[in-house]
Amino acid sequence: MQATKQEIIEKLRGELLTWEGFKPPQPGESQHFGLGTMETAFPNGIFPTGAIHEFISSSPEDTAASGGFIAGLVQKLLSGGGACLWISYTRRIYPPALKLFGVDPDRVIFVDVPLQKDLLWVTEEALKCEGVATVICETKELSFTESQRLQLAVEKSHVTGFVLRKDVRKINTTACVTRWQVRSVRSQLRAGMPGVGHPRWQVELLKVRNGKPGNWTVEWKKQDFQTIVKPTIAEAARRYA
Amino acid sequence: MPKRFAAIWFRHLLTDWKAIRQPGLKGTAYVFAEHDHGRMLITALTEEARRYGVSEGMTVTDARVIVPDLQVFDGKPGRNLKLLTGLAEWCLRYTPLVQLDPPDGLLLDVTGCTHLKGGEKAYLQEIVSRLKTLGYEVRPAIADTIGTAWGVARCATSGLIVAEGGHRNALMPLPPYALRLSVDHLLKLRNLGLHQISSFIHMPDTVIRRRFGKSMVLRLQQALGQEPEYLFPLKEPVPYSERLECPEPVRTRPAIEIGLNNLLERLCKRLYGEGLGLRSAAFTWYRIDGKNGNITIGTNHASNRMQHIFKLFFIKLDTVAPGLGIELFTLDALKTEPVSDKQSELWSSKGGVDSEEVAELLDRLAGRIGNAAISRYLPGEHYWPERTPKPDISLKEKPGSEWRTDKPRPMQILDKPEPIEAMALTPDYPPRLFIWKGEQHIIVGADGPERIEREWWLEPGEHRDYYVAEDEQGRRYWLYRSGHYNAENNQHWYLHGFFA
Repeated sequence: MQATKQEIIEKLRGELLTWEGFKPPQPGESQHFGLGTMETAFPNGIFPTGAIHEFISSSPEDTAASGGFIAGLVQKLLSGGGACLWISYTRRIYPPALKLFGVDPDRVIFVDVPLQKDLLWVTEEALKCEGVATVICETKELSFTESQRLQLAVEKSHVTGFVLRKDVRKINTTACVTRWQVRSVRSQLRAGMPGVGHPRWQVELLKVRNGKPGNWTVEWKKQDFQTIVKPTIAEAARRYA
Repeated sequence: MPKRFAAIWFRHLLTDWKAIRQPGLKGTAYVFAEHDHGRMLITALTEEARRYGVSEGMTVTDARVIVPDLQVFDGKPGRNLKLLTGLAEWCLRYTPLVQLDPPDGLLLDVTGCTHLKGGEKAYLQEIVSRLKTLGYEVRPAIADTIGTAWGVARCATSGLIVAEGGHRNALMPLPPYALRLSVDHLLKLRNLGLHQISSFIHMPDTVIRRRFGKSMVLRLQQALGQEPEYLFPLKEPVPYSERLECPEPVRTRPAIEIGLNNLLERLCKRLYGEGLGLRSAAFTWYRIDGKNGNITIGTNHASNRMQHIFKLFFIKLDTVAPGLGIELFTLDALKTEPVSDKQSELWSSKGGVDSEEVAELLDRLAGRIGNAAISRYLPGEHYWPERTPKPDISLKEKPGSEWRTDKPRPMQILDKPEPIEAMALTPDYPPRLFIWKGEQHIIVGADGPERIEREWWLEPGEHRDYYVAEDEQGRRYWLYRSGHYNAENNQHWYLHGFFA
């Protein structure tokens, strides 16, 4: 009896996920995002594609860090083909840098929309288009209703959207599936070596629907995410000379 | 098919126009006059004024003697051309080929157009009655040649429609003026007593040429159809064009949408049949009050998909101002290109940047926010950071060279490098700290310098020494020193970007 109850709950959970817009991955579609231990935070242990992810940043340095993290994710999303749209009101992204994160800059279409109203219209249109693999929208404001519209658009088209909110003053509730905050942290080199190492971020998953929020230190190395578990111990073990 | 031409003569173009604007003037004697060598010469006059004995070229003072209460308006040179252009545009609803015929006429190529109105007679009648309701008194004529139609419209008293092949007979009783001859020729003919075309039409060309010159022979031959004459249309006709006449003037949005849909359906079907697609199209409407307007769209890819093109027009459909009603819609394909075959896209589940879906999406975006807002970059062969990404307009172009990954480049770049205060201990060493926007950043790790020389063949200036610098909190910056290090401590440091 106990077992059946458990089964029913499991089944209902699975159904709930599909009702909420999570689609089970198609067979043949790549499921692995290479996010390592971070993937345990997501429902079903899979990075939710076909959803809206919200990134919070309050300074240009954070925006750059979030941009790097998003670019790493975009690389995985673009491996299945499709185009990428980068929509922004003030664009500072430097296209050649995307190549360092494995994204071909010529596959990204940049759209500059100074007006907030047009910006969200463009984002929604882009999210509705099935030939697009992913859309990144840099915006200032995103109200609950607006986020709902975006989320509804992707549930139909299965496009993955990233909303990068710059200069956020007030964090409001949104209908996005996740909310992230990425900050750059000091890079590590081999002890005693001068210079700057691989990009390293403190990635905070503040909110995730049906998952467990968490906090990781992630490094971009060899064209992939490397989760740093215990940097101090790893550092100690490498002292061999 | 034998050619048919119509000539429309506006008998009182300027005075009719004045009467339309000031209905009170109707039936009175008034003239237009222009300054000429200190006198006021009459350039246009009404039938009433003519009846008193006033004529063109008379001075206003002389005319005032004959008609004391003559009203005189200032004429403006070129006004008749402006009016004619407007009227010619209005006439586009009857035929696509209209030519201005200054000073007071229009020439229409009506080949294959008259049956739409139920024959030549009904066709002319409609033009005359429509122009009459507008307020213009006109005399039209249809003939096989431009010359005959012109002459018949102006000089014949009856038989305004010259049957096919009948132009020679129609010309016979007309005065020489009907041949569009110069004043010299007309005077000479009058002195010779040749008052009708029939009196010299049988003369051999050589005789006429010897006495009157080449131009008169040409005019005669043009009128007789022995020498070709072409129209120079006001608007170049578009090869792919559809028109829709509304039985009743329409003004509602659904009706306009139906009209657009109907036209698109026909045009797209035609284009599809010929393997072509639209790159640019114009949707034009003609209102019953003689005004018109259009909306144009452009696409990134040649497309003949009706739904897509409809959507592009739909975004701009708000600008259609129907006024009292629209009676005619036309849709012109301004630019067409062969449609590329889509088989290659079947192989991948999702196409790349140049897939049709994306191209259609970008068309829609461009329709709302403009084409300039959409950009894509290819690797430019420049080291100078501002020029490394090369803007690319077409979506199809593939990168000519690889994107470089051997040098660090920041994720975010400032359009204009911001000056910072920096302190470096040793020449060519990265700074130890810098102050940007009042905040002090202590640098704990740095790479560099990477010297980037100014592209002197493009612009003068100092080179830059770039450093990747990481501050205590792990924030990574792209800094540079402009020019060489110097001991005077007046170096210029700038912040140019932020690394991920």
